[in-house]
Amino acid sequence: MQGGVERATGEKMVLNFGPQHPATHGTLRIVLELDGESILKATPHAGYLHTGFEKLGEHLDYNQYIVVTDRMNYLSPLSNNFGYVLAVEQLLDIEVPKRCQYIRLLMAELSRVADHLLWLGTAALDLGAFSVFLYSFREREKLYSIFEKTTGARLTTSYTRVGGVFRDLYDGCEEDVRQFVTNFPKALKETHTLLTRNRIWMDRTKNVGPISPDDAINYGLTGPCLRATGVAHDIRKAEPYSSYDEVTFDVPVGTNGDAYDRYLVRMEEMIQSCGIITQVLDNMPDGPVNVEDNKITMPNKSDAYGHIEGLIHHFKVVMDGHGVQPPKGEHYCATESPNGELGFYIVSDGTGTAYRIRIRPPSFFHFQALPHMLEGGMVSDTVAVLGSLNVIAGELDR
Amino acid sequence: MNEEKEVEEQPIPLVIQKLEAHHADALLSQGEMRGTVVVVVRKEQAYAVLEYLKTDPELAYTFLVDITAVDNSQMESELMQFDYARYMVVYQLYSYQGQCRLRVKVPVHENDLNTPSVTGLWQGANWLERETYDMFGINFEGHPDLRRILMPDDFEGHPLQKDYPLRGRGERESFNFDKQNA
Repeated sequence: MQGGVERATGEKMVLNFGPQHPATHGTLRIVLELDGESILKATPHAGYLHTGFEKLGEHLDYNQYIVVTDRMNYLSPLSNNFGYVLAVEQLLDIEVPKRCQYIRLLMAELSRVADHLLWLGTAALDLGAFSVFLYSFREREKLYSIFEKTTGARLTTSYTRVGGVFRDLYDGCEEDVRQFVTNFPKALKETHTLLTRNRIWMDRTKNVGPISPDDAINYGLTGPCLRATGVAHDIRKAEPYSSYDEVTFDVPVGTNGDAYDRYLVRMEEMIQSCGIITQVLDNMPDGPVNVEDNKITMPNKSDAYGHIEGLIHHFKVVMDGHGVQPPKGEHYCATESPNGELGFYIVSDGTGTAYRIRIRPPSFFHFQALPHMLEGGMVSDTVAVLGSLNVIAGELDR
Repeated sequence: MNEEKEVEEQPIPLVIQKLEAHHADALLSQGEMRGTVVVVVRKEQAYAVLEYLKTDPELAYTFLVDITAVDNSQMESELMQFDYARYMVVYQLYSYQGQCRLRVKVPVHENDLNTPSVTGLWQGANWLERETYDMFGINFEGHPDLRRILMPDDFEGHPLQKDYPLRGRGERESFNFDKQNA
């Protein structure tokens, strides 16, 4: 790492990395100023995937916007759905039934595992470990078939609704999930044997892209990237939402804040998530999955077709200007998404459409801190560091 | 009756007590919304207040969660309350020590879009202020590199202003790819 400075010749080369590059996993761009192999300056550019999600929020009603949240982080859409409706519900000042909280928690943790698995596969692939990619995608596929059976879609899940979820778990879901959490830790061990003590993997990630705890907080890092520096902060523990206070789990932390620690933290988080999932399944309560308030959630189909009140309620929820209308006010709600703090700041003017929706995406901060981690390192570290941060262009640019 | 009494006796949050003691002239309004303390601060003292919130050992709002803005031009009640300031710059802070959140809002008038940059306090503010500039046109004074971040460099206008149409002003049709590459 220090070698670059000693060999400085004064001749600079500018290397454009992205926006289309196999290792960027999305359209983002870094302009690297190089002296030989060492990085003098890195300038990240965002905005290639800007879609105007915040502007759209001012024109769609509260339930319609759930569809948009799918598209923000396409690795864990269920966590985004969850974070968004939680913000709206807190603004409405309602609490969903226990069963719904548990279902959401189950889905959020499953999608955390799915997100980390995809991260693991692609980050390892970028550094040349092809078999890890196949192993993690094999496991991820099992999760995606559970998501597909539950929500009807693999990627665009749109599972949650304001005041509930759009349908209960399918019959046999518990067995599928139990089977997954029983087999998964064994499968993850395979990856551990492939990577954790692997000479090449350690050389490419240890002391690569380190960041100190103070700098991490200063730059706004959250989630696994913050915990890898040794800060044991997890919103699930600090501000428990949706029954997270009823499950026990550990918050894994690293020591150096480098790419290797980020890897280890994510690996352990997957195991912790499996623990949470087992507890959720053991204690899954019965009962309704939607709040019993006809002004917020849809009536069931037999009511809508068979009774005039049901029909009216159905129309009231669906029609423009009659659906969910939070009182005038504003609220910021943060959830621990797989990548870090995902926050929704919603300003309501009392109508069925938000006056302003602001999304606080974790990737925005991680990408911003990239030069801090890269400068002084080698050009080949770019891929390792970028991979370890798991920057998702969809939520970076919104 | 008992319930009413309890509401009356709710303690004033520490942060408001301390701000009233040290920066009383900066406060325009203070309150609580859904469990989060919200303070509205005069623009001129905004930097001093944020610095105080970050560095005070008892408060220690060391983590800047977010900076954004709201265009209140179609929100009559907010406009009336804060002297017809069109924009409200919103800072979300978090204290690891007290495990609590705080929202600081700074009204900015349309005829003077300058407001102090907090990049000196938090590195993470850099891109957040760039985005707020890009989307609303608010000019953060003292920012080291205030340019657009999400929209193209030659874009005109600020898309999250309320008078900017949802489908744009035809930029999509007239986007000059050749000029961009040159």
